[in-house]
Amino acid sequence: MPKKTIREVIHDTIQDEMRRDPTVILMGEDVAGGAGCSGEDDAFGGAFGFYKGLVGEFGRERIIDTPISEAAYIGAAAGAALTGLRPIADLQFFDFLGVCFDQIYNQMAKFRYMFGGKSDTPLVLLSLVGAGLRCGAQHSQSLHPQVTAVPGLKVVMPENAYDTKGLLLTAIRDDDPVLFLLHKLQFENACEVPDEEYLIPFGQASFPREGTDVTIVAFSAMVQKAVAVADRLQQEGISVEVIDPRTTSPLDEEAILESVEMTGRVVIVDEAWERCSVAADIASIVARKAFGALQAPVMTVTAPHTPAPFSPVLEDLYIPSEDDIERAVREVVAYRR
Amino acid sequence: MTRRKTPSGPQLDTEQLLHAYRTMRTIRAFETRVGQEFEKGTIPGFTHLYSAQEAIATAVCMNLLDSDYIGSTHRGHGHSIAKGCDVKGMLAEIMGKATGLCKGKGGSMHVADLSKGMLGANGIVGGSAPLCVGAGLSAKTRGTRGVAVSFIGDGGSNEGVVFESMNLAVVLKLPVLFMYENNGYGEATGFSYAVGSGDISGRAGAFGMPAEKVDGKDFFAVYKAVKVAVERARDGGGPSAIEAMTTRFGGHFVGDPQLYRAKGEVEQLRREMDCITEFVDRVLKDKSVTRKALQQIDTEVDALIEEAVEEALAAPYPAPEELFTDVYKTY
Ligand SMILES: Cc1ncc(C[n+]2csc(CCOP(=O)(O)OP(=O)(O)O)c2C)c(N)n1
Ligand SMILES: [Mg+2]
Repeated sequence: MPKKTIREVIHDTIQDEMRRDPTVILMGEDVAGGAGCSGEDDAFGGAFGFYKGLVGEFGRERIIDTPISEAAYIGAAAGAALTGLRPIADLQFFDFLGVCFDQIYNQMAKFRYMFGGKSDTPLVLLSLVGAGLRCGAQHSQSLHPQVTAVPGLKVVMPENAYDTKGLLLTAIRDDDPVLFLLHKLQFENACEVPDEEYLIPFGQASFPREGTDVTIVAFSAMVQKAVAVADRLQQEGISVEVIDPRTTSPLDEEAILESVEMTGRVVIVDEAWERCSVAADIASIVARKAFGALQAPVMTVTAPHTPAPFSPVLEDLYIPSEDDIERAVREVVAYRR
Repeated sequence: MTRRKTPSGPQLDTEQLLHAYRTMRTIRAFETRVGQEFEKGTIPGFTHLYSAQEAIATAVCMNLLDSDYIGSTHRGHGHSIAKGCDVKGMLAEIMGKATGLCKGKGGSMHVADLSKGMLGANGIVGGSAPLCVGAGLSAKTRGTRGVAVSFIGDGGSNEGVVFESMNLAVVLKLPVLFMYENNGYGEATGFSYAVGSGDISGRAGAFGMPAEKVDGKDFFAVYKAVKVAVERARDGGGPSAIEAMTTRFGGHFVGDPQLYRAKGEVEQLRREMDCITEFVDRVLKDKSVTRKALQQIDTEVDALIEEAVEEALAAPYPAPEELFTDVYKTY
């Protein structure tokens, strides 16, 4: 089976879908690049090169470079989705959500409900979250809780290339607005990805590790760290189950609750801030719905309540580390009433 | 009759001309060195260099006082230096050191020094426009006669918030200058594609304020236009816009392969669009400064940059507890 990076999977999946469905378009800043310039035409392929080559095949009518006007082009993507296209809108950094949030939470999220179920808004907003690139406070945030909180939006956070393919196919064919959020430290990660088409349904967790003593629920770049901790603790005889919900909305509550019913101990790991977050949300779900099974307090491991610092030494402290996760796991495992 | 040192330019005495040269030369040397250090790996993250645009920041800030404000962009090193930010503190900041202007917490895209009226570089394109409208409102309300200048790129000129900010400044008649630096590119997209009307100053003028286009490689042309706009703003005449036509000698960021540029384009621009060369030719030709004085500045600037790099490299990183400070004043 061929090995592919997340970046390659994004490219190939969009290419396949654009070949299959003429209503799929891609728009955003420099998704091709080179417009109005005298050098090469396909000069950028998106800020991180995901889309390189697509403009050559599909032309500028379907691979659309926009001015730096996020509110307008994200809103336009919503309008186009409402009227028969299936746009994929690229937002270079999810931090720029601030510039176009109204189009997302007041417009696209609410059409179906406000219009009494009479509309579809098949739109994918593809963007990058996360710290670690030393880009400072306005280019490093994990803002998925902000959109997970909004009814009407679906939020997908794949952490490997295999899941990226299956989830992106589902996202493009879905009739609701989907925020497809990749972590910027991960898109060069490769794994085996089948050439055949396969769809991964939303709201279905995966289990990168199965275990019986403690449950870790982890998202995005935190999944790999959780797996590393699980493997390390396995050698000491601590059996850790790692759950990757893969989508924060819908959320596979059942998988989480079933696991916690078995282990009685849970650590939730997410790079976003904790206040009003996905981690806090899951902690509350577990506390309400698996109260009887809990043998230790629910623990969370998240970024601290600070903006992302620029300095590498501070940023490394800011991002939840394997050590932070291991410490939390040991604490819940050692806990006795 | 007033004696003109520079025949076609505004009145600037030798000291001012040397100051202009020193500033432009400092920016160029700083950016060249930042590029080299970045490639060596001593500067984390990514960084956008200002080389080619020095005349604009310099001419703008020579019309401003410390008590006036500027709001900058992701390409903010030049603006910061021109507004008087400490070069050593800037370098340390860009390297993420504790001795940086922002304790290493901000980085290249967030260099700021409120004591110099430098309201920050900005990671959000178009981000400084409304902030400068607010700084103008503050100056007007407090009666300081202060002025705020928002630097905006050709790409940034297309952000909705920039349009709203221009209208708000006109409606409230605020002392604000919208300083557009049209370097021809927003990342890998040409200005001629992204600005539908092909005319940023014309678009600004349509909001109801004086707006003009100037040659951004001509320090004197920028200086003259800014002087008029800043004086008008100080005197309660409201906002203005200037579009300075310029270029970019490097990539969008250090490391950008620049495939969107024609072969030989940058070399040609370096020959034809160098604002520092143009300035030097001009002031030497009309004998307003001596070559020796310029060379003296070159030596001093190079020494300063060298010292700044050495000190920044040797400086400590922030202490771990700094992660948690400065989020709030009280909490
Ligand atoms: C709101 C927002 N959108 C997009 C970006 C990504 N971005 C950073 S700089 C840039 C291009 C800006 O072009 P321009 O305003 O012409 O400034 P220049 O880079 O030429 O100085 C883009 C798209 C951003 N930082 N913020
Ligand atoms: Mg530009």
